[in-house]
Amino acid sequence: MIDLQIIQDNLPAFLDGARVTILLLLASAAAGLSLSLPLAVARVSANPFLSRPVFLFTYVLRGTPLLVQLFMVYFGLAQFDLVRESSLWPLLREPWFCAWIAFTLNTAAYTTEMLAGALRATPAGEVEAARSLGMTGFDIYTRILIPGAVRRALPQYGNELVMLMHATSIASAVTLVEITRVARDVHANTLLAVEAFGTAALFYLALTLCITGLFRLLERRLLRHLARPAGAS
Amino acid sequence: MPMLIEYLPILLDGLLTTLSVSLVSLSIASLFGLAGALAKLSSERGAQAVAGTYTTLIRSIPDLVLMLALFYGGQALVNDIGLRLGWDYIDIDPFLAGSLTLGFIYGAYLTETFRGAFLAIPKGQAEAGLAYGMSGFQVLWHITLPQMIRHAIPGFANNWLVMVKASALVSIIGLDDMVHRASLATAATAQPFTFYAAVAAIYLAVTTVSILALGQVEKRFSLGVRKAVL
Repeated sequence: MIDLQIIQDNLPAFLDGARVTILLLLASAAAGLSLSLPLAVARVSANPFLSRPVFLFTYVLRGTPLLVQLFMVYFGLAQFDLVRESSLWPLLREPWFCAWIAFTLNTAAYTTEMLAGALRATPAGEVEAARSLGMTGFDIYTRILIPGAVRRALPQYGNELVMLMHATSIASAVTLVEITRVARDVHANTLLAVEAFGTAALFYLALTLCITGLFRLLERRLLRHLARPAGAS
Repeated sequence: MPMLIEYLPILLDGLLTTLSVSLVSLSIASLFGLAGALAKLSSERGAQAVAGTYTTLIRSIPDLVLMLALFYGGQALVNDIGLRLGWDYIDIDPFLAGSLTLGFIYGAYLTETFRGAFLAIPKGQAEAGLAYGMSGFQVLWHITLPQMIRHAIPGFANNWLVMVKASALVSIIGLDDMVHRASLATAATAQPFTFYAAVAAIYLAVTTVSILALGQVEKRFSLGVRKAVL
């Protein structure tokens, strides 16, 4: 029923695609996370000139489809002479660069709100204790608020990474050859939907399991103070 | 800008497709979600296993891959069966395929939403109904279902927002939705940014209206529920 030979023949292509998927995931996650930490701090700030623009950024990016965002970057920017004449144009023409920009901004928006929520959830006493020890605002952020918030946001961030990894499949719409594009090409050549998309699905399933497993380990390590003693349910 | 005004009716016509796909998918997803939740909560081992596999598998695979797999796979399957029965080649309607697939995918997410909402209702409510001689279905229809809605609304709202945005993917399987219209307009006018930005703005308007409307619905279903004062 299922043509295993076709899957075997295309396995190297799928592995190459998986490499692109993983690279895209890591590059966007790293850039998105670095962007979202300062943005989250600005988002919870009492100063509306800091918090409002960040709210607008996250609201717009979370309220529109990623596919449209990707098209705006990849197809859209070419509309402006300023962009086409800039020194960044050779990069902005590249599908992988556009995908990286779109995915980074998108995941940054979701991660910012997630971290902002975790920052707001900081117990008031922790901040009071830090103040009473004479810590300055900067110290309170870097030593108390951010480490605590990152730990609290950890399980949710695992979900966000799975979502981001799934979202990379959209890059196939701008000719990037990742797992989904390989599947679409195999399907176009063989018309075997189950073999082509089933293999892609298995690759994504494996990657999902890797990420959730990794986060389970991380949680066990970083949230060990919250672990329930053995035997208690 | 003048170009945009000229093409706006075409885009808005595509919005109708986008909204119809989303609404039809939401109805299908609600049915799958309800069935999934009831299966997960039932004492039937087989039903639990089927629903468990459904939710784990669907949530581990990207929407786009599932959509392509079900669209092309379904097409092949229907024609395989058709060939044996001696039918002519059947072209599956992308609207039907898109809505069914989105509904099937988001049914897995709604299964978890509904399951949690059912669990939030005290067991005594159902027991009281059974004690009055109601059948299992009557208990579900008159007691647990209406009360479960309140708990399900936040998750349901979230799923709707994600689904409206995911509906943009149907343009990839050839449905003539707003995104597809924008790409056609782009080809004719060489103003891709203007048109994709317009589409993004329309999506943002839809999500904003949804958030406001669903807030009202939540209020309506929470009448008589006291909120804790923090």
